[in-house]
Amino acid sequence: MKEKSLSGRIMSDKMFITGISILSFLVLVPLILILIYIVRNGISVVNWKFLVSLPRPVGEPGGGISNALVGTAILIGLACVVSVPLGIASGIFLSEQRRSKFAYVVRLFTEVLQGIPSIVIGIIAYLWIVKQLGGFSALSGGIALGIMMLPVVIRSTEETLKLIPHSLREASLALGVPYYRTVLKVLLPAALGGITTGIILSIARIAGETAPLLFTVFGSPFMETNIFKPVNSLPLLIFNYATSPYPEWHSLAWGASFVLVVFVLGMNLLSKLVASKWKVRY
Amino acid sequence: MGQANGLSRHLANAYPGGILQFLNRNTRAIGLGDRVFTKAILVCGIAIVVLLLGIFVTLMIESLPAIRAFGIGFIGSKNWDPVAGAFGGLPFLVGTLITSLLALGLAVPFAVSIAILLGEYWKRGPHAGLLRSAVDLLAGIPSVIYGFWGLMVLVPLVRTFELKIHVAPYGVGIFTASIVLAVMIIPYAAALGREVIELVPADLKEAAYSMGATRSEVVRRVILPHASSGILAGILLALGRAVGETMAVTMVIGNSNFLPKSIFSPANTMASVIANEFTEATDEIHLASLVEIGLLLFAVTIVINIVGRYIIHRASVEA
Amino acid sequence: MESEILKIVELSAAFDEHTVLRGINLGIPGEKVTAIMGPSGCGKTTLIRCINRMHELVPGARVSGKVYLAGEDIYRLNPIIVRRRVGMVFQRPNPFPTMSIYDNVIAGYKLNGIKLKKSEADRIVEESLTKAALWDEVKDSIYKRGTFLSGGQQQRLCVARALAMKPQILLLDEPTSALDPKATARIEELIGELKQDVTIILVTHNIGQAARVSDYTAFLYLGELIEFGTTEKLFTVPEDKRTEEYLTGKFG
Ligand SMILES: Nc1ncnc2c1ncn2[C@@H]1O[C@H](COP(=O)(O)OP(=O)(O)O)[C@@H](O)[C@H]1O
Ligand SMILES: [Mg+2]
Repeated sequence: MKEKSLSGRIMSDKMFITGISILSFLVLVPLILILIYIVRNGISVVNWKFLVSLPRPVGEPGGGISNALVGTAILIGLACVVSVPLGIASGIFLSEQRRSKFAYVVRLFTEVLQGIPSIVIGIIAYLWIVKQLGGFSALSGGIALGIMMLPVVIRSTEETLKLIPHSLREASLALGVPYYRTVLKVLLPAALGGITTGIILSIARIAGETAPLLFTVFGSPFMETNIFKPVNSLPLLIFNYATSPYPEWHSLAWGASFVLVVFVLGMNLLSKLVASKWKVRY
Repeated sequence: MGQANGLSRHLANAYPGGILQFLNRNTRAIGLGDRVFTKAILVCGIAIVVLLLGIFVTLMIESLPAIRAFGIGFIGSKNWDPVAGAFGGLPFLVGTLITSLLALGLAVPFAVSIAILLGEYWKRGPHAGLLRSAVDLLAGIPSVIYGFWGLMVLVPLVRTFELKIHVAPYGVGIFTASIVLAVMIIPYAAALGREVIELVPADLKEAAYSMGATRSEVVRRVILPHASSGILAGILLALGRAVGETMAVTMVIGNSNFLPKSIFSPANTMASVIANEFTEATDEIHLASLVEIGLLLFAVTIVINIVGRYIIHRASVEA
Repeated sequence: MESEILKIVELSAAFDEHTVLRGINLGIPGEKVTAIMGPSGCGKTTLIRCINRMHELVPGARVSGKVYLAGEDIYRLNPIIVRRRVGMVFQRPNPFPTMSIYDNVIAGYKLNGIKLKKSEADRIVEESLTKAALWDEVKDSIYKRGTFLSGGQQQRLCVARALAMKPQILLLDEPTSALDPKATARIEELIGELKQDVTIILVTHNIGQAARVSDYTAFLYLGELIEFGTTEKLFTVPEDKRTEEYLTGKFG
């Protein structure tokens, strides 16, 4: 076997790190390009009027995204109602019964649920809600998004609860506090920071989800707050405008994209803030 | 209420002169509150299982008309013509396969590089912070925005490129979709890869260093082989993502229901054909065929996810 | 012997098939400090966890025999009642991290949903913290988180939390093993002051600590009670050879 020279080996060591660094930072190129496009095209459109006015038909100047903002807020609210209580309770189940066979099944199913493509969730919400109610509605979209949020809420609840030291549970039980109160009043408050972080992150994710909304909330040009009616939403608006042939609408779509990205990033920052401020010392 | 009053099972114990009772089975949940609580969280656990089974069963039932009409041939038939009432899923299966594999091929070198840098070289520091934030940012951008950007920026570029190499200059198509998809799955694959690389035991690395290996030799001879199955699982899970990704692909793939002829052809994936046609599908068989494609998509992603998670789980237990 | 507040009769305990206590018979005199001593792993913690029915919370836990608290068989009482009457302080301080010092002290009431008037709560907090010799140190920061205190202070907070429930017995499971010498001395001093109010059972593997603070001492070895008597007698004229060996450092 031929021994490579030391200088050669050092050279190849340098080349390796240089190579993977270049590859890694090349990833910044599309990121920066996307951000530049969003910011440059978006910021010129976004102003107060843009945020508070309704969309206008093609050809009319102005027009905004107010109904999409309201619709997205409604959808997020509905999704939270669907997923947060059930998700936290299931997370508690997984953490409390962590060794049971059934918990293993539930954990696996949660992971599988997380892997289901969003478009399939859209089909399900259509079949379960839209078909039954006889029409598109915010409710069906909210449920679809709720199903998408659910696994994240479950997992963040479970993971946070698992990190709580056993001694805390014992401290409570030794005071004669019943088991259920121990979980709800001692363990859950200690886990609240982590659970909230998880919820905020999952809101950031579903805020931009479009596929499950296509045949559930459908979209609407009007301001609609009735959860049994179709509503508009930011990602839907972006999709509809982006795929239209009109340049005016494209620029509105850039504006909406800018707003959406700012919201998503804001939620990500908020989650970091919550995670650090709400840190529980044991 | 709530006493162990004779409920405890008495069991003989090896200890002579005494019977030790099992206590916890009956005394863990005493009182009404405890029993209600225990039942309530169990019901929520059951609800998750029911939800997933419900999704599966619904997809099955609703795609029955198509399954009955076309049988297994659905998968092999390349003819999808809603007007003529012919439905074959092959174009979408092929479209999905090519698009995601191409995307994966494009994404892997970048994802693995990032995983190595963040998992081994730069555990902290400004470089790592920058790269990590960038990757997080990339993961946070909604798919519809990727699609929009692809449509506005990438499609014209690809069209120019296609003119140069003398293929039909659609701009949209499998190639464009793959690029967008690749950018989208890099963060995901990189994050998973980083996790398994961080799990490689330090003593293994130190052993190699102590024999005079350079850092890149340690990475290539020790870390990557040791983490290979985990990295593979990460790539598999990223494939799962790519297969199910809808919006970005729908917007740039060109939406053609014919079997793609080359990687520059317009096509449709399973997800994109559903996105395109679901609201327009008025007759039962068309809808059922789309649901059947959804069912296939569901099945494929579940298999990918379970296998991927299993490998990762095994890798992290071994480490 | 004086009046016994706690009587343990033929108590055996196990984790699944692993028996860790065998036929313990012990009478604990009221308003005294009783030390339970023995090498690590001999079953001291298990023994006191049988007294407040915490042992049964471990999956697979088993027990037989009787424990009488002021004449009542605790295994016929609701464990929740037992645990309110028998307080416990653990090896490591474990104040509730999301609660203030104030709320920590009255946690036994709050968590059990027992409503207290503000004045009543104030009184219990001050009284308990005073008894736990912590009042002077924390009275100005009573609404701060308990977890910001030092280890020794945290442990005294845990004592106050247990005392607030006005228990008949206070179980201390090696309460100083996670503390520095100064904090340890402070807790030992406290134990001496507390015995007017409450019967204390102190688990320790520190022979010196048992000698310094306890009136009675029980010596446990491999799950069996070897010897029990006044601390003075046990330390000067032990009856059993194993006690003597332990006291002279032959094992453990
Ligand atoms: N949760 C448990 N499960 C199984 N065995 C245990 C558990 N806790 C303690 N034991 C065993 O019981 C025996 C006595 O433990 P313990 O009462 O904690 O002893 P000590 O407090 O005297 O050190 C030890 O052999 C220990 O291994
Ligand atoms: Mg112990």
